[in-house]
Amino acid sequence: MTSARMPARPGEVIDRAEPLAFTWNGSEVSGFAGDTIVSALAARGCRVFSRSMKYHRPRGILTADYWDPNTLLQVGDEPNVRGGHRLLEAGMQVTAQNAWPSLRFDAKALTALGGRALSAGFYYKTFMRPRWLWPLYEKVLARFAPGGVIDPASAPRRHEKRYAHPDVVVAGGGPAGLAAATAAARAGAGVLLVEHEHAPGGHLRWGTKRERALGAALADAARSVGVEILTDATVVGRWEDNWLAIVERDGAGGPERLVKARAKVLVVAPGLIERPYVFAGNDRPGVMLSQGARRLANLWSVRPGDRAVVWSANAAGDAAAADLEAAGVAVEHVDARAGHTVVAAEGRRGAVERIVLADGTRLEADLLVTAAGWTAPTSLLNMAGVRPVYDAAAARFFPAPSGGPEAGTVLSTGGISGDGSLDQLVGHGEATGRLAAARAATLAHRLQVATAWAAPASGAEPLFPTDERTPLGRDQHPELYRPGTDGIVDLSEDVSSRDLRHGAAEGFDSVELIKRWTTATMGSAQGKLETVNTVATLAEATGSTISEVGTTTWRPPYAPVTLGALAGRMFEPVRISALHDLHVAAGMTPIGAGQWIRPEHYGDPEAEVRNVRANVGIIDVSPLGKLDIRGPDATDLLSLLYVNKWRRLAVGSVRYGVMCAEDGVILDDGVTGRLGEDHYLMSTTSSGAGAMEVWIQNWLQTEHPDWRVRVTPVTDAFTSVNVAGPKSRTLLERLVDGVDLDPEAFKYMQVRTGAVAGVSGCVMWRIGFTGELSYELHVPAGYGPHVWQALLDAGADLGVAPFGLEAQRIMRLEKGHFIVGQDTDALTKAPTAGLEWLIKLDKEDFTGLPELRWALEGEPGAGGPEALPRLVAVQPTDPGYVPPEACQIVATGSDGKERIVGRITSSRFSPTLERSICLAQVEVTHASPETTLTIVGTDGRRRSAVVMAHHAHFDPDGERLRG
Amino acid sequence: MLLVPCPHCGPRNSADLTLVGETGPRPDPATTTPGEWRAYLYEEENPAGWTRETWYCRLGCGRFFVTERHRAENRFRNPPLGAGDESSDRP
Repeated sequence: MTSARMPARPGEVIDRAEPLAFTWNGSEVSGFAGDTIVSALAARGCRVFSRSMKYHRPRGILTADYWDPNTLLQVGDEPNVRGGHRLLEAGMQVTAQNAWPSLRFDAKALTALGGRALSAGFYYKTFMRPRWLWPLYEKVLARFAPGGVIDPASAPRRHEKRYAHPDVVVAGGGPAGLAAATAAARAGAGVLLVEHEHAPGGHLRWGTKRERALGAALADAARSVGVEILTDATVVGRWEDNWLAIVERDGAGGPERLVKARAKVLVVAPGLIERPYVFAGNDRPGVMLSQGARRLANLWSVRPGDRAVVWSANAAGDAAAADLEAAGVAVEHVDARAGHTVVAAEGRRGAVERIVLADGTRLEADLLVTAAGWTAPTSLLNMAGVRPVYDAAAARFFPAPSGGPEAGTVLSTGGISGDGSLDQLVGHGEATGRLAAARAATLAHRLQVATAWAAPASGAEPLFPTDERTPLGRDQHPELYRPGTDGIVDLSEDVSSRDLRHGAAEGFDSVELIKRWTTATMGSAQGKLETVNTVATLAEATGSTISEVGTTTWRPPYAPVTLGALAGRMFEPVRISALHDLHVAAGMTPIGAGQWIRPEHYGDPEAEVRNVRANVGIIDVSPLGKLDIRGPDATDLLSLLYVNKWRRLAVGSVRYGVMCAEDGVILDDGVTGRLGEDHYLMSTTSSGAGAMEVWIQNWLQTEHPDWRVRVTPVTDAFTSVNVAGPKSRTLLERLVDGVDLDPEAFKYMQVRTGAVAGVSGCVMWRIGFTGELSYELHVPAGYGPHVWQALLDAGADLGVAPFGLEAQRIMRLEKGHFIVGQDTDALTKAPTAGLEWLIKLDKEDFTGLPELRWALEGEPGAGGPEALPRLVAVQPTDPGYVPPEACQIVATGSDGKERIVGRITSSRFSPTLERSICLAQVEVTHASPETTLTIVGTDGRRRSAVVMAHHAHFDPDGERLRG
Repeated sequence: MLLVPCPHCGPRNSADLTLVGETGPRPDPATTTPGEWRAYLYEEENPAGWTRETWYCRLGCGRFFVTERHRAENRFRNPPLGAGDESSDRP
């Protein structure tokens, strides 16, 4: 390869003092700091960077920027790197994609021989039938799919997220965008400017000396007034009320980051994207857009060719011709405005050797530069409801003058809005910035007024100013799309103008249909380069105009975002109880239970069960939801929430209650104790604590705002400890003051308040989730560790030991107590769980009352209780077989076919009974005691089991817990 | 993301709140019919226009409040923020 790098030139962005070594397809090469991967390789004389997606044609530099469809590269373990944009780093291992075995000789290029076979819709038409061959098709096609390679062994990276609340966001850091940002900041607005490239300045960066100086001055001015400038970042989406997604790409700030910004006003100033021309051979390496050629020559001092034809329809093309001449390239300037047209680029082995004009002229050249017109990237405006409208005289789309409902907070400036001198563009940008700042001030005032707790807004609302900007003009531009020869319209997807015409002839004559049929505009460039050419080709094929065809819909994201940046970091709080450190010291095996980290066990859960059954154990149940309920209407609230009755609950007693939703489905359960006439302590399930508080607030705030009752969440205010086992009373007698623990004085299902281990204000209730004599202590949280340690110390001779969640789950299953959400699901109405005895239909009102009435008494025209499944205790015939939870239960019908009649909801091996035990939901017909069930194991084997008479496998009469 | 005008906290991201649903009366449990009750449970008008909704300010004040939203255009009636001069429904 011969070097294309020129001697140092003014305006270049490379640092020749800092060479960077990297590899290209395994060979050692080097570039300079400030190079992109592509500019460094182009400087080495590299002209072919990839093979095209379908036909595997050699492809070279087209735009030398982010949207270049031909320079997607693999860098180390990262696929699909935009080589025209990504800055070179030392040690990069760069390889070409979509080329096998090599870029020079690509075996898949054979597909080009049968190019006709790969026409639009080829996949749809060819691989439809026979369907049984699809797995084979899929395998073969996958090998031909384009794109890089993902390395599953890549080190994971942590992506952060950021929230921003600027008054004004300016999308685009060209002359108009910079001027708008500076003017808005001068008017007092907080401004965030987002620039797609690595430095602000837009096209001024590769312009004349005067233009470069202006760009630098505009950027300095913006920084000096406090504009925050994000470079190598893109506003990728805009939603209601100017909610913006901004992606900051990989760089000095770390891995790619998503910025979520709420802007009061959005200024859209992305400039214009140059449009390729469609003609025979337009995808050959050596055919380049004027912006690509100028960027290579002026930013990176790379001579893009030796002998160029510059075909120009505008000032940018003329500037490219001048720039190339200054770079020592022999230039033939062909003026499109004078009616000259390029119809073909010809050559051997993919290279350009000669250019053919419409009049038959042939020009020898290794480089063809086209300047055929512009595409307005109206994406962000379209997301705000602003329609693009085609102007044939200017040969491009413009945003419609009046937009959607929020158009007043979305403004545009710069090339997307119109044409003008640099002074005019800067002036329009400044006017836009002032308008944006003034409107943002109005919105800020409204925000303050609307926020009750904010400081009172001072003064009257500032006027929301009307738009009095002088509009930019529109330059005349010839409409140049296709000269009559066929070429590639979508270079990312290898869709030709012939494909589009064939598609139209087959009936896909709307732009949205042809897009999906041919995949035009659906590749890596996402329409930036090819949308308007697609529309123009379709208009030509259907005999209509570009205005009539219209454009496809621009949807977010405007630029690619990695999944890592979208996922970001989880902000899920982890909750631990006040006893956590003691559990760790005791050697707990932790388990995540909702947000909580809890001890699953301390080594041997079955030994923990045996100790509770024989001696006494203590378990940390602090995550149990607790609500303090006070007020004269507290009893009415409980009556509304629970299916059972509360009016006659005596002070000093606790009661078990079940809550149902309005559809009769079990929502939560727990015990509630009456501490005083108008004072209750309610417990909820651990997982339901948060939801129950909201549920209760909903009823109080929306249905019964007149009730005098306060509900305070106190889950974290108490450390809750359950002391369970036959020796629990003996243990507590050693520590409790002020409460008579005599079984006649403190009975099962009663509550007392007193002191434990010297800590006063402890609530104790006698309940029995484990089925043993047990006391649940609710201790002021800060004293939790003291009381826990006191229990262990005072009961050493009794054999006291902590037990974990697993032992509790085993014991509650032995007792047949169901767990909401484990043994019930979103369809489980209260009667399924055997709660008929609890539901009091004669109450005036409670949540879910009508549904439960129909469930129990039958519903006109529908089933009654017999339609609901039943929760039953089940014991497998083989006492050593523990069926995994969620195993199906099946039955064979009279037709000889098996059908599912239920499922195992809980299962454990019981160390107490030395056999497997289960709870299951089964249809009523299979719920009678002693029914034989068939369980389908995860191995597919059928095993028999028997329905028990009682939910409790152990101590069904409850003698132990009442003792 | 939509800004929802909480009467206490001001406009907040909709992700900070929970849309409870369209606001309607709860039928009398003593006299209701299955048809009426299930309409209350499951059916929404979901008009392509204005509707009354209950929102819960989950990460803010914890209050339930009723507001009106245009479901086709995602606008709130009397919006405190976000509408331009030409489209405002402010009185």
